[in-house]
Amino acid sequence: MNTFFEYFPTVFQALNEGFLQTLKIFIVTLLGALPLGLIISFGSMSKFKPLFAVTKTFVWIIRGTPLMLQLLIIYYGPGIILQENVWGQGETGRFIATIVAFIINYSCYFSEIYRGGIQGVPHGQQEAGQVLGLSKSQIFFKITLLQMIKRIVPPMSNEIITLVKDTSLARIIAFQEVIWAGEAFLKASNGVPSAIWPLFFTGIYYLLFSGILTILFGLIEKKLSYFRS
Amino acid sequence: MAILEVKNIEKHFGKTEVLKNISFSLEKGEVLAIIGSSGSGKTTLLRCLNFLEIASSGSIEVNGETVFGKDIKLTDNIMRKNRLHFGMVFQNFNLFPQYTAFENITLAPKLALKNGAETAKKSVEEIEKFGEELLKTVGLFDKRDFYPCQLSGGQQQRVAIARALAMQPDILCFDEPTSALDPELTGEVLRVIKELKGSDRTMIVVTHEMNFARGVADKVIFMADGVVEEIGTPEEVFSNPKSEKTKAFLAKSLENI
Ligand SMILES: Nc1ncnc2c1ncn2[C@@H]1O[C@H](COP(=O)(O)OP(=O)(O)OP(=O)(O)O)[C@@H](O)[C@H]1O
Ligand SMILES: [Mg+2]
Repeated sequence: MNTFFEYFPTVFQALNEGFLQTLKIFIVTLLGALPLGLIISFGSMSKFKPLFAVTKTFVWIIRGTPLMLQLLIIYYGPGIILQENVWGQGETGRFIATIVAFIINYSCYFSEIYRGGIQGVPHGQQEAGQVLGLSKSQIFFKITLLQMIKRIVPPMSNEIITLVKDTSLARIIAFQEVIWAGEAFLKASNGVPSAIWPLFFTGIYYLLFSGILTILFGLIEKKLSYFRS
Repeated sequence: MAILEVKNIEKHFGKTEVLKNISFSLEKGEVLAIIGSSGSGKTTLLRCLNFLEIASSGSIEVNGETVFGKDIKLTDNIMRKNRLHFGMVFQNFNLFPQYTAFENITLAPKLALKNGAETAKKSVEEIEKFGEELLKTVGLFDKRDFYPCQLSGGQQQRVAIARALAMQPDILCFDEPTSALDPELTGEVLRVIKELKGSDRTMIVVTHEMNFARGVADKVIFMADGVVEEIGTPEEVFSNPKSEKTKAFLAKSLENI
């Protein structure tokens, strides 16, 4: 027991640093994929056939293959094909490649959620607005938007909580997120003898983080529960 | 002068002709019932009046003003203005779920006021007062702050009627206003429509309720395959139908009762 308390601060600090990287992937992915997903969803609802076909195929490929594979291809692909490391050196390079892969992957998932939310609002809502003389933008902002948000929140919260855990995939290209940090202690390092508990301990970070998000999304859903559509 | 003059309206979707040479007129305060079998084009006709569909040809005049015709260039703005001559009550209500009954009724007038539209009421207070009056008209003043999901189908449809009236249309259209309702709820909605007739409103009601059409309408149109097969007073259409198609349709709807 003595040894645990002795080594805990070292491990804790290493895991915190790792988790900070995890958080960075999470936040930057959301910042990129939330808007990009909306743009892709417009493509997948487009009446312009070529754009529709290209978007649908792209979304199918991205959603139909593992994120881990995409990550590997995006990170190693350019170096092997172009003989040039486009991502930059070291940890920064790995971070950029990770972010690119995650944003592409998640924006495709988000685009389907947006599409469901947008198409899920009955057309009659728009028509009711039209016959009352509302303009297109009034119909969107005053009538359909909130109904879309209500439809989008539950699947979006699922997807975002999946993202929390998916960040660990960045480990595959040796990005130093929290699992990587925990795993490092399997071998004696930083003056801490070989131990498995730091790896278990990383689970607590995920649990707390996804727990907080679950509560947060629950609050939003509750806030929107005053109406049913 | 007729309040509504519909002349030679045609509508096709691709190659299918859905409305063929529809013409009729309505006087102020008249109630027109449109009957006819499924697929005969009743909904499409109402949708053309409300500009939810654009007729392929023909003209529509309200109070002598042409709101649709070959000389009218239908920009978004003109369409928004012209469609306000008509109100629409949908089969499945289409209330805005995130707004209360009162908010559903006052939303559009308030937005019109904000836009400075000429048809608008002059102040928010006036709009709200009118909204409350309308709630009383449809007998739902006590449900003022209820959301649509807290109301029965019949109550929702009455709110939808009040919402349409709030924009003070010249002509109020109903597309089978009771066919999405449980039988025991149709009465309350039909009663409201009947009471509106008393207050001198011009209305067009597409309906399968033959008793209602007969008892309330001043004029009845029987539509078949996109044409006005028969038009006349309820007496003429129901008791002395000239067309074989009308006779067959009436015989069949009597059977169903
Ligand atoms: N958007 C559309 N595209 C193609 N065809 C359409 C469209 N809307 C309606 N139709 C066709 O037009 C015809 C008339 O339809 P409409 O809905 O006006 O009939 P209706 O008399 O209202 O029938 P019901 O009593 O069932 O409501 C139908 O054959 C229908 O299939
Ligand atoms: Mg219909």
